[in-house]
Amino acid sequence: MISFLPYAVAAWLIAIGLYGIVTSNNLVHLVVCLSVVQSATYVLLLAIGYKTGGQAPIFADIPVGTTAVDPVVQALSLVDIVVEATVTALLLALAVQAHKRFGSIDPDDLRPLAG
Amino acid sequence: MIVLQTAVLFAVAIGGTAVVFAREPLRQAMVVGVYGFILALLFMVFQAPDVALSEIVICTVAIPIMILLALAKIREHEEESD
Amino acid sequence: MSLRGRRALFLVSIPVALLVLVAAFAGLPDFGNYSGVYGRALNLIAVPQRHATDVVTAVNFDYRAFDTMGEEFILFAAVLGLAVVLRSMREEHRRASHEADEEHKFDEPSSLLRAFGVLLVGPVLVIGLYIVSHGAITPGGGFQGGVILAAALLIVFLAGEYLAMKFVAPHALVEFGEAAGAGGYVLVGFGGLVFAGVFFKNFIGLGDPAHILSAGTIPISNGAVGIEVAGAFVLLWTEFLDQALVIRGK
Repeated sequence: MISFLPYAVAAWLIAIGLYGIVTSNNLVHLVVCLSVVQSATYVLLLAIGYKTGGQAPIFADIPVGTTAVDPVVQALSLVDIVVEATVTALLLALAVQAHKRFGSIDPDDLRPLAG
Repeated sequence: MIVLQTAVLFAVAIGGTAVVFAREPLRQAMVVGVYGFILALLFMVFQAPDVALSEIVICTVAIPIMILLALAKIREHEEESD
Repeated sequence: MSLRGRRALFLVSIPVALLVLVAAFAGLPDFGNYSGVYGRALNLIAVPQRHATDVVTAVNFDYRAFDTMGEEFILFAAVLGLAVVLRSMREEHRRASHEADEEHKFDEPSSLLRAFGVLLVGPVLVIGLYIVSHGAITPGGGFQGGVILAAALLIVFLAGEYLAMKFVAPHALVEFGEAAGAGGYVLVGFGGLVFAGVFFKNFIGLGDPAHILSAGTIPISNGAVGIEVAGAFVLLWTEFLDQALVIRGK
């Protein structure tokens, strides 16, 4: 059971985040649900790289050669988290401008731009 | 360790659901902060302290601030156009 | 399409998508049995070869430094896009600072908040600098430390007022800092190209592992990335704050 649980949690987070995006009635809520979907990818990456009984890949106080988890997936996730925040900021700025232009942040009220 | 990982995984699933079902953006900003902490706990249990540090810093500081500022601008613009 | 139609379509199609996803996950190794060769090799050779005890930072800034450069430029481009999106539209104007002096903040912060702010700015700044500079030794690095440094500036705003934050971090200086950080990182790469023959190869002496001035060019790259990330986040928040506090409609 434990061997499949992290992947199941990642799949659940993707599904529930997508549900939030599809049924959202507020652009700001939609952007935060997108970040939930992104967090599912971090859970998936770290679950793939985990080794049972492994330590963190920091060798300042443990000798080189002890079993450690995979460092490459951690490097990918770490940078990705910071970049995700910036992209979320860009999407929120688009939501603010959409409100200025259309007067509402309901995705159903947005019309195609004219002219 | 296995028990801890299972418990935190379930907490992450519940936290993600809570973020999606907090429809009001103001409430969602607070829930996202808590969700960030639970995710950081998961990353620590998965032996990834760098990623946990990054997640705490972003999901409890950067994202709620930006949500609140976007909401402030939207609300103030609504008040102005009334 | 109405909300009901969207929800119905979603609930019909998500099981199919999840089925495909689960079939893909079934091909992954069992949880806890990852046997990737690259990670195992890096864990064994990173400390002797690079004198960096934090293998994750060594991967980010040496073994895969080119990818980190790409990610850094995603950050740069996103901030640029945000500045373009939030530029004042034609019919808006910036409130002159003399006419809205007392309104450049949301509400008068309580004295407890001001006291905490004053007490916290120093330690948070020091913690941010510590995490940026010790990236190669303990968990940390430029990305995390940069956001902490930006948060120190945010505390100035929260405990004081917007004009105080603008005084401490003027717009031109922050822009310059962000660009300098991005450019500095690429310069480290070019230094590797010029002095050691390979882009991003280490070209200064490696010290003892677990001492602060070790791991060659990694502390320099960390510093450049820290400055860039701090500048990027301060710019983001200043743009939003400008929108919320300064720019007014017609």
